[in-house]
Order: sequence, then C-alpha cells, then structure tokens
Amino acid sequence: MSTMLADVVTRLFTDRVTKELIESAEKGEWPTALWGAVEENGLTLPLVPESRGGAGVTWQETYDIVRAAGRHAVPLPLAETIVASWLLSSAGIDAPSGPLTLAPVHVDDRVRISRAGSGWRLSGAATRVPWGATAGHVVVVAGGDGQAIVALAASPRVMVRDTNLALEPRDTIELDGAKVLAAAPAAGEMTPAVVRLYGALVRSAQMAGGLEYLLSQAVRYAGERKQFGKPIGAFQAIQHNLAVLAGHTAAAGMAAAHAFRAADRGDPTFEIASAKVRVGEAAGIGAGLAHQVHGAIGFTYEHSLHFVTRRLWSWRAEFGGEGVWAAELGREVAARGADSLWAHVTSR
Amino acid sequence: MAIFHFALHELPPETNALRMEVRDFLRETLGGRSPLQGAGSWGGFDREFSKKVGAKGWIGMRWPKQYGGHERSALERYVMLEEMLAAGAPVSAHWVADRQSGPLLLRYGTEEQRQRFLPRIARGELAFAIGMSEPDSGSDLASIRTRAERVDGGYRVNGTKVWTSNAHLSDYMIALFRTQVVPDKKHAGLTQFLVDCKSPGIAITPIVDLDGSHHFNMVVFEDAFVPDDMRVGDDGNGWNQVSTELAYERSGPERYLSSLALLIETIREIGKEPSEREAAVIGRLVAHLTTLRQMSISVGGMLEGGENPNLEAAVVKDVGTTFEQEIPEVIHGLLGIEPTVKHGTDLQQVLGYIMQKAPSFSLRGGTREVLRGIIARGLGLR
Repeated sequence: MSTMLADVVTRLFTDRVTKELIESAEKGEWPTALWGAVEENGLTLPLVPESRGGAGVTWQETYDIVRAAGRHAVPLPLAETIVASWLLSSAGIDAPSGPLTLAPVHVDDRVRISRAGSGWRLSGAATRVPWGATAGHVVVVAGGDGQAIVALAASPRVMVRDTNLALEPRDTIELDGAKVLAAAPAAGEMTPAVVRLYGALVRSAQMAGGLEYLLSQAVRYAGERKQFGKPIGAFQAIQHNLAVLAGHTAAAGMAAAHAFRAADRGDPTFEIASAKVRVGEAAGIGAGLAHQVHGAIGFTYEHSLHFVTRRLWSWRAEFGGEGVWAAELGREVAARGADSLWAHVTSR
Repeated sequence: MAIFHFALHELPPETNALRMEVRDFLRETLGGRSPLQGAGSWGGFDREFSKKVGAKGWIGMRWPKQYGGHERSALERYVMLEEMLAAGAPVSAHWVADRQSGPLLLRYGTEEQRQRFLPRIARGELAFAIGMSEPDSGSDLASIRTRAERVDGGYRVNGTKVWTSNAHLSDYMIALFRTQVVPDKKHAGLTQFLVDCKSPGIAITPIVDLDGSHHFNMVVFEDAFVPDDMRVGDDGNGWNQVSTELAYERSGPERYLSSLALLIETIREIGKEPSEREAAVIGRLVAHLTTLRQMSISVGGMLEGGENPNLEAAVVKDVGTTFEQEIPEVIHGLLGIEPTVKHGTDLQQVLGYIMQKAPSFSLRGGTREVLRGIIARGLGLR
C-alpha cells in the first residue's frame, strides 16, 4: 500500500506541479485542476476510515503524501486538509469535500465554543490561518465547558489577508459569525493544542521533503555547472557542503518518520517536538547550503530553488518554531530527571 | 533520486529483555562509579569487566557458535552496544576485537586462526589493537611503508605504527604491512597480519594525549618476525580487507554517544524546573540525540538485512560526531562554568574531560574530511 500510494503521489505531483503552476498560485490563483486531481486520487483524506469515504491508511503511510507535497512545493492546503479531516473523523464528523484548514494555529489565539440553542457558537479570532480565506471549511478545536470540542465551520469573516514568505495564504479570520455546521467532543484527551501539535507534525514532513528536493537539485547542479574547467562538484569545498546537506536531509527524514510512527502509536508529543526541532534546524542550514552551491542563479526568481527555500523558512516557524518545541521538550526531560533521560529516549 | 535510504527500523520486542539484562548487569557491575568515570565511555580498559561481559555472551554475539559466538541478531548486538556506551562502560579490552578484529578473522582468517582466536575473544580474554596508521600515513592509509619481507617460515617486519590505541595493554594487533612494493600502485602489495604484541623486535612507547592520558602508542618494528600462519588473508589482499575492517569500525552506534554523560550531568545541574533558555538548549540536544539514535538503528537494520550500509554509516558518523563535539560547546555557552580537572563539581570535571576529548571524535575511525569524501562519492560527485 505504502509504495503504491507514494508512487501515485510522486507521479501526480511531478506531472502537474510545474513552475508555471506554482508561479500562478503565488499570484493568488487557486489551482482548481490540481486540487481536483489530488482529491480524485484520494490524497486528501488518508486518515479517514474507508467507511467514511477516506483512504483509511496509517500516519506512517500518510507521511509519504505529506513529504511528497513538500518535495514538490505543492501550493495547496493538503497537509492542513489531512489533519483537519482526521480531527473531524476522530470526533465522528464526516469531512466535506474541498480544501480544509485548521484553527487556532497560534498559541495566543483565544477561540471559544459554546452551546447556542440546539447548535454551537464560536467566538474569537484565529491569526495567520493557512488558506483561511480560500479553504471551504475551517476545522476548529476549541475549549468548551470542560472538554475540547471539534467544530466544522464555514464562512468566517476574513479580517486580514496575508501570506507567508512563499506567498501561501495566511489569513486572520474572525470566528464569531462563522457558521458551525457540526461539532462534537474531541476524542480522548485532546486539547486545542492538538492543532498545533499535528500541524508541527505535518510541517516536519513537508520540510523533510523540501530538503530532499534541495539535496537532489544541488547535487545535480554541482554536476552540471562548470568552472575552472570542471564541474564545481569536483571541488572538495562543494563536496563537503553537499555532504553536510545530505546529513541534515537524512536526519530530517528520520526525525519526521519517527514522529509519524509515534502518531500511529499515540502520545506522540516527544517525537513530534523532536522532529519539529531537528527538521527545522536542518531546514535553515539546508536552505543556506543549497543556495551556496547554486551561487547567484539560485538567488533569482527565475530559478526554482526558492519555491522550496522560501517555504522552509516559513514552515519552520509555523505551528511553533524550534525554540518553542525545544523548550517544551527540555521541560519534559528536566521534569523526568537526569537519570531517566536514556531510559526515556530508548523507550520511544 | 535515491541516494541513500534511511528506513525507520523497529527494534524487535525481544531486544527489550536483553536491554534490561544489560542494564541490570551494568548497574551491578559498575554501580557507584563517579560521573567522571562514566564519561570515559570506551576509554576504560578493564580485563575483568571484559571477561564478565564475555561470560554474559555479549562478545561475538553474531558469530557462529562453533567459534564461541552466540548467533544473535545485529539488532540485539546494537541494543547491547548502545547500553554499554550510554552507561560509559569500560569496554576497551574487548571492544576492538569484538567490533573489527574478530569479524575480520571470521571472514578472511584461516580455520586454524578462527579456532585459535575467536573463542578466546568471545570469552573476553584477548585484547586487540589496530596497526594501521604510520607517521607519514594517516588518512592516506594506502601510503604506508612498514615492510614485511619474506623470510624462511614467515615475514621480517621493519617500520613504525602510530596512534595504536592500547597496544601497551593488548595481546595482539592486526597490522597492515607492505609485503611488495608495486611502483605507482600503492593499494597493491599490502597484507594484514596478526601480530603478538609481546614478540621480540617490537618496541611500544606511549604517545600521551593532550589531557595527559595514555592510550595511544608508537609501535616500532625492528626485524620482528611474524610466522606464516599469522598472515590474515592472501598476500597482497590487504587493502581490500582493511576497507572491510574500516566499514565494521564505522557502522556501529558508538558515533554519537561520546558526550552523553555531559548532557545527563547538565540536566542534573539545571534541575526539574529549568529556565526557558535552559529548557530550549536541553530540548534541542535531546531532539538531536533521539534522531541520531533512530538513524543508528536504521543502520543496524540494514546490517541485519545483509545490506552494506557504508554510505549511511558515514552519514551517521559525520552527523553524530558533529553532535558529540557540539555538546561541550553548547553547555559552555549555557552554563558558563569553568571546565576543571580533579577539582570542582562532577559537572565541571565531566565538562573538562569531554572538552579535551572532543577533538578526537571527528578524527578516530576516519576523519570528518574522509567521511565527507565517502558521502560525496555516494552522492555521485567523485
């Protein structure tokens, strides 16, 4: 299953996510045909059980989809839709078709949900929501009276339209007037922080994919570009930069894969925090090295390298940057005590 | 582009019992040591300890039973190794033989050599040293000049080996000598030998580390005689064999745990309620640690599957030694304490110890530059 899915994803993105398509998305155009193809191939609801119209695969299999989306700089809220549809289905709500997004993505956003007659009412604003103005629905996890509630909402008021560095929409939305189409108690011990946690998980996979792209492009370029009568990849200085990039790429892929496995097992905070920290660090270093190898041409808009490097620079900050997750991890490790460190690491 | 493949690998559940067994053994055997002693990791040479490890069946774990081995899996060996290293166990008296000399003999040795040496190695009774580098040959190993000339019944050896860890404590050395000089073909004419460290014509003198400790040696051969039956493999096949041996050396999990004791003592120092900055620094190091461990297990999984993970092992070692070396720098930056020798707190002494050992992390078993060359070759750049 896993390789089949990975093959489908890779073929689809290789064929359809062209430079022109990404450029047009950067100008604000919604890639309708691409979304249709992604949805048709069943990539949007991998974690939703087949009985509810999804693919019913594991997080580990989902990793291949999300990583490929990062590798190809797919300009869609695919990772967001995957997490949002999983949240809905875990609360017993059917996922609608079309792109979904998530809120709240920021720790300081105060979003509340309360009973309003026979239905529910949301309140508060959510800042910098991915595709907040263009996604058909927003999935909100909010504190209610006691237990967290998962809500499917539509038509929030858009307060600010903005983007990240890669010109992916990041909009601030007001939830007060949004229509709550369905709501149900969140599964298990989920809190509103679940959005940030699983957002961090999918960003780690996207970044791991992005790094794979950077490595393959940089190695290819180093073999093609000639200076001083030979390919620049023949110079040790370049080789060593690429070796370092390879190390960070490998570490990023492993950290992300580890986190996705933990998501299947449950209680994945340790692994997701580790992944966001390790992959985010690799993203910064990797982007720098890939640009260095590419020289001035990689700095131009004309060249495609930046489609991924600009994403990496934004993604590493989204759903909590390295510092935030490292501190969370550090507090957990400190609370367990020095002599439990090794036992804890080997138990994961 | 599939350059390398690190696949997430699962340690089988049965390794858990082994892990607990190793932990219990180490607690009983090594309990009460100071943090500084634990920081020594694979520096400690303790024959009694090695015999106890041998008695537990944890040396030669993967070797055939007919040679005293235990026919266990690569992942079981992995688990045993990482527990030994994490605890800073004094493994030096059996480490080299278990990791590379034994596997080398298993692959290239004669039947008589296997029967003579492997069971004793597996019992923890024989310590091995590695005779590769020479004064003028470090990373460029194929340029070695120590000559082994054919004489009646064996070889006469003249030349000098350096950086020979624990040669003064070891029983045997597996050494690489030049048996033929082939003009313009430095990789040809090399041959490996089992050398009895106590035999005549061999003078071992200390090379003291910058921190004053002695584990390196210079080994001078002056008309030393090595009998025919101590040659390992065919005359002239040395380069091939030594490449295999170095792959054994590089593929283990030991390339990221050297500074673990310092991380643990730092966590003890900052206590259960760290500041935001302390928490972030510690958390970042733990994220690196846990990722490197998964990478290392992945290499173990490839070994278990009979694959040849040379490239992946080089990647783990490069990333791992960078991490090991970074820890004392990061802790220095975080706590601003002075590293000390003998005096000061446990943490200060561990910091002083690791700081002075750290330069060696990216030198031993192939320098960082050599490893990055291997990775570049794997990337198709050379």
